[in-house]
Amino acid sequence: MSVAAPPLLDVEHLTMRFGGLVAIDALSFAAARGEITAIIGPNGAGKTTVFNCITGFYKPTSGRLLLALGDADAGEVAALTASGRRWRNTAKGQIFLLERMPDYEIVARAHVARTFQNIRLFPGMTVLENLIVAQHNPLMAASGWTVLGLFGARRYVEAEARAVERAQYWLDKVGLMERADDPAGDLPYGAQRRLEIARAMCTEPALLCLDEPAAGLNPRESADLTAFLKSIQVEHGTSILLIEHDMSVVMEISHRVVVLEYGQKIADGPPDQVRNDPRVIAAYLGVEDEEVEKVEAEIAR
Amino acid sequence: MAVDAAEPPRTALRPLAVLKDALGTALLALGLAVPILALRTEQNISNELILQPRWNYVAIAVLAAFMARLLYLLVPALPRRRKASRKAGPRVTGRAISVAGLVLLVAYPLLALALVGQGGAIKWIDNFGIQILIYIMLGWGLNIVVGLAGLLDLGYVAFYAVGAYSYALLATSDPVKAFMAEWLGPNFWPLWAFWICLPVAGLMAAFWGILLGFPVLRLRGDYLAIVTLAFGEIIRLVLINWVPVTNGYAGITSIPRPTFFGLPFNASDSGFAAFFGLPFTPLYRTIFLFYVILALALLTNWVTLRLRRLPVGRAWEALREDEIACRALGINTTNTKLTAFAIGAGFGGFAGSFFAARQGFISPESFTFMESAIVVAIVVLGGMGSQIGVAIAAIAMIGGTEILRELDWLKRVFGPDFEPTHYRMLLFGLAMVLLMIWRPRGLVAFRQPSIFLRERRAVRADMVREGHG
Repeated sequence: MSVAAPPLLDVEHLTMRFGGLVAIDALSFAAARGEITAIIGPNGAGKTTVFNCITGFYKPTSGRLLLALGDADAGEVAALTASGRRWRNTAKGQIFLLERMPDYEIVARAHVARTFQNIRLFPGMTVLENLIVAQHNPLMAASGWTVLGLFGARRYVEAEARAVERAQYWLDKVGLMERADDPAGDLPYGAQRRLEIARAMCTEPALLCLDEPAAGLNPRESADLTAFLKSIQVEHGTSILLIEHDMSVVMEISHRVVVLEYGQKIADGPPDQVRNDPRVIAAYLGVEDEEVEKVEAEIAR
Repeated sequence: MAVDAAEPPRTALRPLAVLKDALGTALLALGLAVPILALRTEQNISNELILQPRWNYVAIAVLAAFMARLLYLLVPALPRRRKASRKAGPRVTGRAISVAGLVLLVAYPLLALALVGQGGAIKWIDNFGIQILIYIMLGWGLNIVVGLAGLLDLGYVAFYAVGAYSYALLATSDPVKAFMAEWLGPNFWPLWAFWICLPVAGLMAAFWGILLGFPVLRLRGDYLAIVTLAFGEIIRLVLINWVPVTNGYAGITSIPRPTFFGLPFNASDSGFAAFFGLPFTPLYRTIFLFYVILALALLTNWVTLRLRRLPVGRAWEALREDEIACRALGINTTNTKLTAFAIGAGFGGFAGSFFAARQGFISPESFTFMESAIVVAIVVLGGMGSQIGVAIAAIAMIGGTEILRELDWLKRVFGPDFEPTHYRMLLFGLAMVLLMIWRPRGLVAFRQPSIFLRERRAVRADMVREGHG
């Protein structure tokens, strides 16, 4: 039996099929606690599908997605897997099998939050409201599932004030304090991206899954984003799982990079190692010119 | 503003182009009016079918279309001028309207009494006051489902019917009567039935809301609308065909009327009038009913406004904006939709049981699809999600059609055969078309945020989504 604590997220043999199409094929990787893990790969490699499986939007065809808050030993993990249950308390924390949980429960209980490739804010609600909606579950409990809140219970009023405080903290972090009372749909593109991350952080996640957060940002905005993500990881101890095409962001902040191609993992390691991996260079950054010639010659033969 | 977004920017008016456009519209109206209006078949004395030409009707229709188009093209400057003044603050005017409206509503029965005397007052309080308030309440109830949660429910009348029949069946059921007579005396049930059945009817409707909620949860948009519409029809057909229980088309009669908390409104010695030493008149019951439905409607409003500031209300609005994002934030969308359906249905049930108590008689005729359509129209015209807008729309739509009954002077203009009420639906449709042109997002085309940091600024309607169904 292994003695080492399990990583925060342990993906084992994750397979996702859509009819005859195998989007992800027996993918295994881990996201370490407190680190930034990047998933890269060419378009259509299955990166977003991995996210959708982790956050419960898709039910994986097979595989295990183990999330551990706190510590757990292999015996406890095996016991949970063998049982039909979705999570269990361990001696020093909780473990979850994400593939068994519906999407909202993954956020509420396992504390995995996500953002979307195409921004999904609530455009007709104000910036502040967006951040308050993100704190739905604690507020719902404080409002006595609406009954107490309807009569203005003190507990709810206080909880709401705390929620506003947390929202203000994140508004300050992403520099949107001035726009708190404006509709989210009115914000410029870069600000909407930042707001979406702030909104995800308001759910107090242990693992934050970001789907191309730098897409559509100019170099300056993307440098700001890099610093912001770094601060989330350092100051809040939130682990980050990142899909990104912007290599400057990926190489600068990630501790570990997983490379996908056609649903399969072709490399996994620290950025420097991945950067120099010939398979990655071939698959992701393109084949070198002389190799192209070689391949063409082979085809012609 | 939304108005600008809907209308392409107009360059300077060119009289010739405008005239051409208006003539085109007139031509279109002519094409439509000839087959519909020009000829009418009638039977003469010897029972033969003869054609009655009505070219004057065609002329009126074409002329009206021409003038309307001309007016529409020449008046676009209007909304633009209004923009500057509206920016000053819809919040202040909104509050002023609410307070003024409330005062007017509370004083309305007395006002009617003072203006038209006892004889006329009953009609004004009943046909206008109570009738409009029932629809305001229905509109506010449906506003939770359609306006806040963004779920298009075309079968809302089903819950209205469930509430009405729950009250009617419970209050007239023999076992219940016998049980109450045995335990609480023979006078208890006739006097208190309304007050006990009212909450029961609301709960019953809410329960049916949840029942309907389950199958429709997976549906969106058109599919949701169709299933809710079918549900409304199913309820009506059950009411028609389950004769042993509902008495079919004949309906349920002699439903106990509401009492003044145990004092019946009749001429007996133990009645309301005798108790307070007043001369008996049926007016008291009408006035009391008015205040009961006013209280129920205000309760609906209060609860809705309260819920909007609670997590459940914010989740409804978030659901309307983006369901996927809701799920990514840990909101259980199933439960959220169910609560919207249940609470909306519950208020529909309250209104239904009040309706049954006020009429004293109900039959399936009162719960046709037309009722659902009217309530949906009220919510849409009012501006989805706006409480005050819904109230204004209900007053305009229901009050407007009631007022048609009063317009006897029109007979002097159009001849003694002219019956204004026949044109009810026509005017209805016209009002809808006009509103959709001038205010495509309803009368109140902005959304009030539920919470603010420094300043409450209304959100323009073009930001707010309508929901996926």
